Amino acid sequence: MATTDAGHPTDAHGHSDSAHGHDGHGDHDHDHPSYLAHHFDTPEQQFDSGKLGMWLFLVTEILFFSGMFCAYAIFRAWRPEVFEGCSQFLNTKLGAINTGVLLFSSLTMAWAVRCAQLEQHKQCACLIATTLSCAMVFLGVKAIEYSHKWTMGLLPAGLYSYDPANPHPVGGPNYLAYICAPFAAATVGVLIWLIISYLRGAKFQFAVAKPLLVVCLSFFGGVGLGTILESGGDDSEHGSVHVAQHDDHQHGDHQHGGEQHGGEQHDGEHSAEHTPAHAEPAVATLPAAGAMVDDSNDLAVLKRLASDATNTGLQGELKALEAQDKMSGGAITYDDSDDSSATIAASKDNVLRPSRAGVFFSIYYCMTGVHAIHILAGIGVLIWLLVRTMRNDFNRNYFGPVDYIGLYWHLVDLIWIYLFPLMYLIR
Amino acid sequence: MSAGSLRSGYEVNDPGYPTPQENYLTNSKGVLSWMFTLDHKRIGLMYLIGVSVAFLVAGLLALGIRLHLLSPDGALFNTGFFKWLAPEKQPNDIYNQVFTLHGAIMVFLFIIPSVPAALGNFLVPVMLGAKDVAFPRLNLSSFYLWVAGAIFFVMALMASGLDTGWTFYTPYSTTTDSSVILATTGAFILGFSSIFTGLNFIVTINTMRPPGMTWFRMPLFLWATYSTSIIQVLATPVLGITLLLLIAERTMHIGIFDPEYNGDPVTFQHFFWFYSHPAVYIMILPAFGIISELISVHSHKRIFGYRFIAYSSIAIALLGFLVWGHHMFTSGMSPMTTIIFSALTFTVSVPSAIKVFNWLATMYKGSISLTTPMVYAISFIFLFTIGGLTGLHLGTLATDLHLHDTYFVVAHFHYVMVGGTLVAFLGGVFHWWPKMVGRMYNEIGGKISAALVFIGFNLTFLPQFVLGSRGMPRRYATYDPEFQALHIMSTYGALTLGIGLFIALGVLLYSLINGRKAPANPWGGATLEWACTSPPPYYNFDRPPVVGDPYEFGNIEWDAESDRYVKVEPKRKVVPSETPAEKPAHAGE
Ligand code: HEM
Ligand SMILES: [Cu+2]
Repeated sequence: MATTDAGHPTDAHGHSDSAHGHDGHGDHDHDHPSYLAHHFDTPEQQFDSGKLGMWLFLVTEILFFSGMFCAYAIFRAWRPEVFEGCSQFLNTKLGAINTGVLLFSSLTMAWAVRCAQLEQHKQCACLIATTLSCAMVFLGVKAIEYSHKWTMGLLPAGLYSYDPANPHPVGGPNYLAYICAPFAAATVGVLIWLIISYLRGAKFQFAVAKPLLVVCLSFFGGVGLGTILESGGDDSEHGSVHVAQHDDHQHGDHQHGGEQHGGEQHDGEHSAEHTPAHAEPAVATLPAAGAMVDDSNDLAVLKRLASDATNTGLQGELKALEAQDKMSGGAITYDDSDDSSATIAASKDNVLRPSRAGVFFSIYYCMTGVHAIHILAGIGVLIWLLVRTMRNDFNRNYFGPVDYIGLYWHLVDLIWIYLFPLMYLIR
Repeated sequence: MSAGSLRSGYEVNDPGYPTPQENYLTNSKGVLSWMFTLDHKRIGLMYLIGVSVAFLVAGLLALGIRLHLLSPDGALFNTGFFKWLAPEKQPNDIYNQVFTLHGAIMVFLFIIPSVPAALGNFLVPVMLGAKDVAFPRLNLSSFYLWVAGAIFFVMALMASGLDTGWTFYTPYSTTTDSSVILATTGAFILGFSSIFTGLNFIVTINTMRPPGMTWFRMPLFLWATYSTSIIQVLATPVLGITLLLLIAERTMHIGIFDPEYNGDPVTFQHFFWFYSHPAVYIMILPAFGIISELISVHSHKRIFGYRFIAYSSIAIALLGFLVWGHHMFTSGMSPMTTIIFSALTFTVSVPSAIKVFNWLATMYKGSISLTTPMVYAISFIFLFTIGGLTGLHLGTLATDLHLHDTYFVVAHFHYVMVGGTLVAFLGGVFHWWPKMVGRMYNEIGGKISAALVFIGFNLTFLPQFVLGSRGMPRRYATYDPEFQALHIMSTYGALTLGIGLFIALGVLLYSLINGRKAPANPWGGATLEWACTSPPPYYNFDRPPVVGDPYEFGNIEWDAESDRYVKVEPKRKVVPSETPAEKPAHAGE
């Protein structure tokens, strides 16, 4: 063992992918291929370890999200009307198209795993690049959704500044530009890299940069897609906005005037637009966001919603409210500040106070935001995977990383599959 | 610790094994070889140093608390030194920050990583007979996440301190202007460090077991680590999201926890304790594992009720998820809920008690050697039993209403966390120290430290039970003069405890300089770590280990001539000349 040090510079290197020479026994390498980290005995052991590790990681991810799903469940149980009302601000079309995009990307990912197992390197790389592009489209559409809401002031509780009388304030910051900026920078970076590698004749780099450029551009494809869908006859969102404006129909001065009008007559739901929002306790239609500026029919709305037997939380609230009502002889202390109405027993106040609507958007941003971060992380690892695939690192005995990242990608997809109905389809 | 402080070139440690020229401490040199090491043993040692430093810092803060409480109006932080140090702060504010940082550092930086990350990293692969953990790189990154978390805590300390208590309860934590964001970011990062360690161990134990190492041949320490890892993986993400939401609450006012924005602070408590009650089992389960090993090895007797101990660890891990509400009996849950949580709390003490009975039964009629680790182990049993039983007082609704948020709770959890985990940790460090560094320490010094820790600890915390049941609330900088005598006792106890701990540190460090070289098996253990040399070689085993019964002591005997334990079974005797030089080290592959 005197030669140990010679073949074994530092253990940091000893553990890198190549398993050579860590113990100075030459014959050792024969049954230890280069892709097998040398604390493992067999490729199967390595694969099983990685797979189990990935599954456990996914368990932690689910639990991580579960905290937010719990928060969602709690607050929705407490304030079903807020959730139903606010959900109308979400654009179902954009949500649906993103769901489709992610589902498709899951397909390409699963297919990529298969190709890696069959050693179809080229096809595998194509499929990974497609998955990446889908991820980018998703983010592009999300950018439209986010920036649109930010402009309208539909923000987390503390920042919430939506004004139903003026839903599209003019002259705010251009959020879309802010979101797009880093992606534009990345695109330009990849482009420069592409050109340089072409000029220098670095074939491999050129080959990698090509699909990456497509991937980057997909983001703007997503932005374009989002813009088109947003303007092309949006069903509910602007309907509710209009309700919010009850009597003044001054769409003309909106920033995105063009977008507003497209779909306003399409939907039966929109009849609400033509009835002053506080005229009747909205039997057929939901109180929508319009109720937000309307104090008078809150109790009625509450009663109506509470008549649905599933809204047990609300019944409790109603009872507490009525009890309070009795005790104070009808003179309910009206807490006008948005501040201190945390609990069920809180006094009767607006069903859809801005701060409460804000909680919906808090949860919306927390959940979709953390999900988007996972998409970004997924993009990072998929790029790494793309490079390795193009380097032909994988073969029928060693395709673990493709498999694991595939699992991760499916989970990210799956979480969205839950988010979509819970956020967009609850009205 | 530098590799150079230990000489290489050991003589034969165990007649059955070839002479190693190199061990994991000497096989590569230089600071970088440590910083980028992927060797689980080195990472374990680095963790050991890290958590010890954290423990030292938090321990000094604890002494600060105790010194302040010497007088009813507060002592230490009223002195001129603190006026000079922090002129803009009131003594009471300083007190709040000191106890918060004490708690937060002890919990997040010391106790949670202490046994699993420090000792566990060193021991899990060796005990298992594997070359390393399944994901060595992830292991190293866990360590650096720990370092990053520690840096955040230091930054919080430097910025404007932290005064929320380690529990970060809202709404105070959303309104105070101390550095909540820095500290919670630190705790968030530490959470991921802990998750990755747990994940690594689960996979390692599942897939890296060598042939012959069946589940029921695993040492109980591995069972304990496995159950701990389950909790780490299942509970910690919830802490992560809770802290993230708290950060969002402070920055954006998302209104989930903050009543100002229609949030609900009790939801925070639920989220927090959903993690933190299981987390107390992250703290104690590995300690159970250590004690199972220590009691059995130093009694030279087969562990009593192996399967009961193994399964009870898993039972604790799972039941521990159902009882978090017992921290919130006074937070305004419905009476029905409190009753259910109270009942579930009782069930979780059953598996803990099973373990205590098993340890006692193991010692019964064993041939006990009262070594330092054994002294620590015995004091563990005593102290943990008190801690666990007082937990039942707290789990009982009627008594908890009186005792909640008093010194009784403080005493309870110190009996389980210090009397339990810390004492077991020290016992474990003394037990495996010869394996880690290859040196024996001074037994007398070790026993003195154990005795002082035991006496000092009881002197510190027994009076606190009395204080609490007489109504002394926790987290107060000043108190009614009638409590002073007990507080003074407690402070003297803390000083004694501190001296004991410093002696323990001194004894261990001194062994590095002047310790006798450790044989492979100084205690007569039968688990695999005693089958490799002390310290182990880089890949732990120069030849694939022969997996046997981890608690079969019949064929291990003290050999007075060579001053070590040897295997007496003839079938494993290998003549040194037979050691085949031409055979690859990992013949199993
Ligand atoms: C034998 C089983 C145990 C039972 C039945 C039990 C029960 C309880 C109960 C009911 C409380 C809440 C008291 C209150 O706030 O009013 C409590 C607090 C606590 N326990 Fe335990 N416990 C047990 C074991 C442990 C263990 C093993 C540990 C840690 C190693 C631990 C650590 C703590 C801590 C840290 C607190 C206080 C948290 C705080 O408020 O800051 N407990 N225990
Ligand atoms: Cu608890």
